[in-house]
Amino acid sequence: MKPAPALAQGFPDLSGTRIAREPHWFRWISAALIVLVLAAIARAFANGQIEWSYVGRFLTVKVILEGIVNTMVMAVLAMMLGIFLGIVVAIMRLSPNPVLKSVAAGYTWLFRGTPLILQLLLWFNLALVFPTIGIPGLWTARAVDVMTPFLAALLGLGINQGAYTSEVMRAGMLSVDIGQYEAAQAIGMGRLRALRRIILPQAMRVVIPPLGNEFIGMVKATSLASVIQYPELLHNAENIYYANSRVIELLIVAGLWYLLVVSILTPLQMLLERRFARGTLRLAR
Amino acid sequence: MTKPLVAIRSVSKNFGEFQALKNVSLDVWPGEVMCLIGASGSGKTTLLRCINQLATIDAGGIWLDGELLGVREHGGRLHRLSEHQIGRQRLKTGMVFQRFNLFPHKTALENIIEGPTQVQGRKLDEVRAEAIELLRRVGLAAKADAYPAQLSGGQQQRVAIARALAMKPMLMLFDEPTSALDPELVGEVLAVMKELAKSGMTMMVVTHELGFAREVADRVVYMDQGAIVEQGRASDVLGAPREERTKAFLSAVI
Repeated sequence: MKPAPALAQGFPDLSGTRIAREPHWFRWISAALIVLVLAAIARAFANGQIEWSYVGRFLTVKVILEGIVNTMVMAVLAMMLGIFLGIVVAIMRLSPNPVLKSVAAGYTWLFRGTPLILQLLLWFNLALVFPTIGIPGLWTARAVDVMTPFLAALLGLGINQGAYTSEVMRAGMLSVDIGQYEAAQAIGMGRLRALRRIILPQAMRVVIPPLGNEFIGMVKATSLASVIQYPELLHNAENIYYANSRVIELLIVAGLWYLLVVSILTPLQMLLERRFARGTLRLAR
Repeated sequence: MTKPLVAIRSVSKNFGEFQALKNVSLDVWPGEVMCLIGASGSGKTTLLRCINQLATIDAGGIWLDGELLGVREHGGRLHRLSEHQIGRQRLKTGMVFQRFNLFPHKTALENIIEGPTQVQGRKLDEVRAEAIELLRRVGLAAKADAYPAQLSGGQQQRVAIARALAMKPMLMLFDEPTSALDPELVGEVLAVMKELAKSGMTMMVVTHELGFAREVADRVVYMDQGAIVEQGRASDVLGAPREERTKAFLSAVI
């Protein structure tokens, strides 16, 4: 065997030389400035007209805790309604049937095109349009009795959410390779079974990050239901400050609770993502 | 006299202005292994897709096992079958795709049992035992619980073949089953197909693997511009082509 040719001279051996740490002056300066600004803001609030003791005292009173429970109940139920409607509407939108397609497009257009607070007020005041509702001959009721703040908030938030979720779902379904539809058809599956067994599980992986986003939005959007007397967190906080005039203190209480809930939801979303990432990572088992 | 398993009569298919199939007629006999060769765009893949109705034909008719596909004749007109009826007809054919199209969220075993349990409504225990046997047959008994992303291309394609076989089809359709594979993985897939051919399965194989065609095919069909140009025994079509277009294609491929 011939020896390897001799290497050229003039290129020193760097294998033992370490890379020097960079000073990063700008990072230090900017960090110091930001700390100063934050300290100034904290000082302003500490010396401002806020009774921090009230914040602490009202953070865990019964009415506030009930408010947060009502907020979460409404957010979860409305989101479930929204996801259900979203899936149905997305499937209609992608169907070859022009009637279903148009109905789906019309729904999205109507409920995305008007403000959520307006929709909530419309549902709540439905009794003004239809004093009695029901199925003629079978069952009727006065609309004011049926359309409670709870039901109005659920319908308003859920149906509005469905319009947004349908677009998220449609994007997820379109992201699945066409070959997956064909493989499902080739083993004899119909359209709906292929969607349920093959397409939707794969679409879920794509739609969970935007759905997590939508759910966080929903938690905060429930505060709009305060205008129709649904006793959620903000509504209950308002009721307290109408009585004791501690406006800022109670708004801070509500704000802290919203922050806490959203902070808990973020890691939950990551767990869900991992659940639906089955088979996509080489090492996932 | 035996009847052909597949009878294709005067079939045409257009994609807009493009004529993918022009008045194609062909018989496939039970137990026959047929290789379809030709340049891309010659219509061989489209013909396969028409047989398992992933594409609908514009004119003519295809009979599988004596049954007209996709439509029903009534009162002098053809009426399209329902999605359900088409799904039932598809069960007679198994399809293997160029890009495997395994379900990525299911393991190899789950991919195979999906059709028999979900579509045919068969019992899980019985199907699972068959699926394990099929995996063994394609040499992947150890990979039952692997997800497609954990398998090589050749392994994925072998699972895809097992998935198609699990439906117990009368006819297997292969659409360029080795074209997406690295060269060193082609052999393992072809070996499974050879074994299948030997077992007596009726097969239509769209392929560029002329060596496979020469060795396994009972008949080679050369297509160009949506029509059948020449067909016959592999040794004749590949060894001594009569048509100029076949000669030109073969000299370009080899």
